[in-house]
Amino acid sequence: MLSHHAGMPHDDPDHPHSLLPSDPALRVKALESILTAKGLVDPAALDAILETYERKVGPHLGARVVARAWSDPGFRAALRADATQAIATMGISGRQGEHIVAVENTPETHNMVVCTLCSCYPWPLLGIPPAWYKSDAYRARAVREPRKVLAEFGLTLPEGHKVRVWDSTAEVRYLVIPMRPDGTEELGDEELAALVTRDCMIGTGLPEAPR
Amino acid sequence: MSRIHDMGGRYGDGPVVPEPQGIAPFAEDWHRRALALTLAAGGLGAWTIDAARHARESLRPTDYARFSYYEKWIAALADLLVDKRLVSRDELAAGKAEPAPPHDRQLRAGAVAGVLARGSPYTRPGPAPAFAPGDRVRTRLPARNAHLPGGHTRLPGYAAGHVGTVILGHGAHVLPDTNAHGLGEQPEPLYTVAFAAADLWGTAEHPGDEVTLDLWQSYLEPA
Repeated sequence: MLSHHAGMPHDDPDHPHSLLPSDPALRVKALESILTAKGLVDPAALDAILETYERKVGPHLGARVVARAWSDPGFRAALRADATQAIATMGISGRQGEHIVAVENTPETHNMVVCTLCSCYPWPLLGIPPAWYKSDAYRARAVREPRKVLAEFGLTLPEGHKVRVWDSTAEVRYLVIPMRPDGTEELGDEELAALVTRDCMIGTGLPEAPR
Repeated sequence: MSRIHDMGGRYGDGPVVPEPQGIAPFAEDWHRRALALTLAAGGLGAWTIDAARHARESLRPTDYARFSYYEKWIAALADLLVDKRLVSRDELAAGKAEPAPPHDRQLRAGAVAGVLARGSPYTRPGPAPAFAPGDRVRTRLPARNAHLPGGHTRLPGYAAGHVGTVILGHGAHVLPDTNAHGLGEQPEPLYTVAFAAADLWGTAEHPGDEVTLDLWQSYLEPA
């Protein structure tokens, strides 16, 4: 029997998900009911996961790493040698950040990170990726027309700058270390970190000196 | 050969829409639940990250294109749960299940912080690298899983058959092409390879622009 009524669940042997309600909120609710009833998922674990990524882990952690790389040459050297190890000394580690490489912007080269195949992202440093990072538009376009994409973020690179786009196709996760803005010589690490946005560390932004 | 997720370089997508800085809030409550459920169920250890990616990539192309991000996650999760016989098709259709005691490998709330902070490293003892930084290498053409036709691979179509330069070696990493399909971890040396954007696209925005990819040794041959 063919039963492809729009919006109606249907039975697809390769894709049992089609047995769930089509409305996404109802799908998730149904799956959550099944998984918790069967003892496959602890409801309190769901809260703990959300507490982690809504409150604790986010770009403020990556910003601390960048600020320290700017202010502490020894740490910068350690970051170059083994970034995973270096950030672990700051208490930063974990899922989707098991193998970190820090890539430094220079006066000649601007770095920018994408995952064209899915949405790989350095979670322990930046948290859950924003929607634009996971969008088809960013995934499709960042590798072919990075400057057009940067322009959509309001960013224009100096003439002659080259762009290196890092497509994260394995379990290595990249953290962009932007150049330290001029006029920040007097600032401490905390003030420096406040200049470092999430987008600076993906390569779709640049830090600005305080006015 | 190609699947719908392999979209690097594709034409026709609209502008990228930036968002405020800081921790990105979830747009919908069900997005939060979808993320948490996927991570918690992943904690059962019944599938690898490579199998999870393959499940998302194996959605019907029409579904992949119309589903939002977390709809892909939840659809793939349901498919994996049935594939691993943790949930039945009848339970999915009913939207409920008979109560059961906690599964042996259930991720408990108290273990969440430790599990997330530890992650799961993908480096393994493995063969010595055949290439070193500076070496010129050519990627497999066409991009495909050499172990299983239509299987998971991490060589995007846009980089297939191109010559680039090894810039980093990462030691041996679990091979997704086998690990996604229960064919073992088969660790191989992993490299970052830089390609001239002009080579990949025929023309580049700037002559010096590059694209780098992380590629396993079996994806590469000397050039």
